[in-house]
Amino acid sequence: MKLTGSEIIMECLLQEGVHVMFGYPGGAILPTYDAMTKYDDRLHHVLVRHEQGASHMADGYARATGEVGVCIATSGPGATNLVTGLATAMMDSSPILAITGQVPIPAIGSDAFQETDVTGVTLPITKHNYLVTDVRDLAYTMKEAFHIARTGRPGPVLVDVPKDVQLAQTEFEYPEGEIVLPGYHPPSSAEESEVSDALRLIEESERPIILAGHGIMMSGATRELRELSERAQIPVALTLLGKGGMPEDHPLVIGMMGMHGEASANLAIQEADLLIALGMRFDDRVTGNLKTYALNARKIHVDIDRSEINKNVRADVGIAGDLKTVLLQMLPKLKPKSNPDWIGRIRDWLEDSSERDILNYETPGRLLTAQVINDIWEQTQGEAITVTDVGQHQMLEAQYYPHQRPSTLLTSGGLGTMGFGFPAAIGAKFGKPDEEVWAIVGDGGFQMTLCEMATAAQENVNVNIAIINNFFLGMVRQWQELFYEKRYEATPLFNPDFCKLADAYRIPNRRVTKRDEIADAVQFARDIDGPTLIEFVVEKEEMVYPMVPAGADLHDMKRRPKPGEG
Amino acid sequence: MTSQVDINKVTVVALVENEPGVLNRIASLFRRRAFNIDSLTVGRTHKPHISRMTIRVVAGPEYARKIATNLEKLVNVIDVRVLDNEPHVERDLALIKVRNDDANSRNTITEICDRYPARIVDVGPKVAIIEMVGTEEILEEFIDEVRPTGIVEMIRTGVVSMGRGTRIHDTNFTRRDLAKIQDELSAGGNGNLI
Ligand SMILES: Cc1ncc(C[n+]2csc(CCOP(=O)(O)OP(=O)(O)O)c2C)c(N)n1
Ligand SMILES: [Mg+2]
Repeated sequence: MKLTGSEIIMECLLQEGVHVMFGYPGGAILPTYDAMTKYDDRLHHVLVRHEQGASHMADGYARATGEVGVCIATSGPGATNLVTGLATAMMDSSPILAITGQVPIPAIGSDAFQETDVTGVTLPITKHNYLVTDVRDLAYTMKEAFHIARTGRPGPVLVDVPKDVQLAQTEFEYPEGEIVLPGYHPPSSAEESEVSDALRLIEESERPIILAGHGIMMSGATRELRELSERAQIPVALTLLGKGGMPEDHPLVIGMMGMHGEASANLAIQEADLLIALGMRFDDRVTGNLKTYALNARKIHVDIDRSEINKNVRADVGIAGDLKTVLLQMLPKLKPKSNPDWIGRIRDWLEDSSERDILNYETPGRLLTAQVINDIWEQTQGEAITVTDVGQHQMLEAQYYPHQRPSTLLTSGGLGTMGFGFPAAIGAKFGKPDEEVWAIVGDGGFQMTLCEMATAAQENVNVNIAIINNFFLGMVRQWQELFYEKRYEATPLFNPDFCKLADAYRIPNRRVTKRDEIADAVQFARDIDGPTLIEFVVEKEEMVYPMVPAGADLHDMKRRPKPGEG
Repeated sequence: MTSQVDINKVTVVALVENEPGVLNRIASLFRRRAFNIDSLTVGRTHKPHISRMTIRVVAGPEYARKIATNLEKLVNVIDVRVLDNEPHVERDLALIKVRNDDANSRNTITEICDRYPARIVDVGPKVAIIEMVGTEEILEEFIDEVRPTGIVEMIRTGVVSMGRGTRIHDTNFTRRDLAKIQDELSAGGNGNLI
């Protein structure tokens, strides 16, 4: 049967198991929107209020489910509005597919109305992209796009479809079988020699530590990670995106590493004689000064992306492979081991740092972000999917909301995209309708994408928004306080009345200014089947500690002040 | 990471799909990763859908390998090799326009060309064009000798390389279903698509 290009797009989405797409119409994509009318019952289109929101929703969907998230936009400004979302997904290896309309082929290159070289613009921020110039290529291209997005190191793929290709007709047949691409062979298993080298380093080590990253989740290797850690008694430090890769109440988990990581984790890395880096990429926010990073340690680095190995940190054993496959190769030969002295030492550091916990402060009449996060954690039994924005609240979420399950903390790590949190939470809820979803956002970042309140209300998405309102671009203010002598240029915020704003969108809401009001408000939000908003008015000038200043040595942390000091 | 390996020129050879935009992707990668490229040449192979690139880098082999792993990530890049210690033939071609307006310079040029694999391919009353083919080093040497007579224009293609002997760098892929390949085929174009 002959179908139009637009219909082929819909058919391909269905073939790939897509049920929901996030988008915004416009001239060059109109044929595809028209085709949607025939697929309404099977493919739900969520109308966003800004295409950036669509890209983050697709991303949130992808992170929550591991499936490809889909967003759609028109040519020109529609497509350029996706850019931030694509770059965000690229940095965090999130599989999303963006479909954009393009001006008709004869008009390409003529500066036609709403023409932008979208494949050119998005080239460095997509894993791959396509401009489809023949309707006969469309089905194959779509299949290839899904394949590339979700396999290997996942990432965003964009398919740019000129309007005349959407309208043209051809015989539709979804290509069968596996996609074989000549230049695309993600590695899977390790060489036997690499496995034995890695095992030998583990056996020889006295102070080993596992650095677990996002790859644990993407490879589905949580069980294997746990087995490795337990059998050889190796403590596990998590990256921000690795949180949930191992239950955080597990005695071998020693917390998050890096700039705002736990002192115990960072000190352990600096003291270790072996780092076992699993699905992480030694980002500068994780290593601090590379010249002084883990100098005593040999390094095993397993990552699906070969170009990550030896990029920032030289590996003694570098294995390009799928983490789960590689761990399954290692585990049968892994000898049980114990490192009581080493673990004891880390325990001491752990106690030393939690003693200064600000949760134990008496703060009558004041509300601290850590308390808000902790109490949301308590109320949700630590089981919610939390989606954060970027800033102090993000780091405090990471510190005070322990995650037990994989893919329950969704956050923009690599790009640090303000405005990500709320739309990504909407996407996550579409992907995981049975889970409780909280968007934990700052007053600054929320205002970057708050127009999606209309989307949430229109779709009645059950997402709870927790605004951590400190009337500041808090994280920038923190840097100004520490490194720019408190010259608060462009960081104080004149904010709208967030509750009135929620009212305007007909979203039920509460304002919380005292700790004893938190539980009640959180329960209020949980009881409502639809979007809610709680504004937490917190201390204006809080600090996030510990902190390793940018470029400083990882062990050179500014610690949490003792009670009464700060 | 900087390496201790002595800085030399290393050659990276890549087989890529002959598709619009591929060169753009590669150029973008080099810029994005701040790779320092000495020369880059692209040309067709005996298979019309495959092009071959020779990339020369002033760097140690470790750096070249870093470039290779990054190139390999590009979907349109089929196969990458670092010609490190492998014996290989390399050639660079230069067209050099030189002053030719007195007997003295004419003689000098002819004399220099006789000692090199160089040919004079165009002669006029004022200038001549020399075509010189050889390794990069010989080209450099040749150009240095010619320079005093007065080079007025010059272009070099950049180095192309091929491993010696039976070390074949080729690929057997066909991209499925792509309409334009079918069109090419049905137009009686390139039957040697394997
Ligand atoms: C799109 C974007 N612009 C700027 C920044 C730089 N930046 C990082 S954190 C931050 C402040 C965030 O303020 P807010 O959302 O109120 O969160 P808080 O730190 O106060 O918790 C800024 C401006 C960024 N990460 N993203
Ligand atoms: Mg703020």
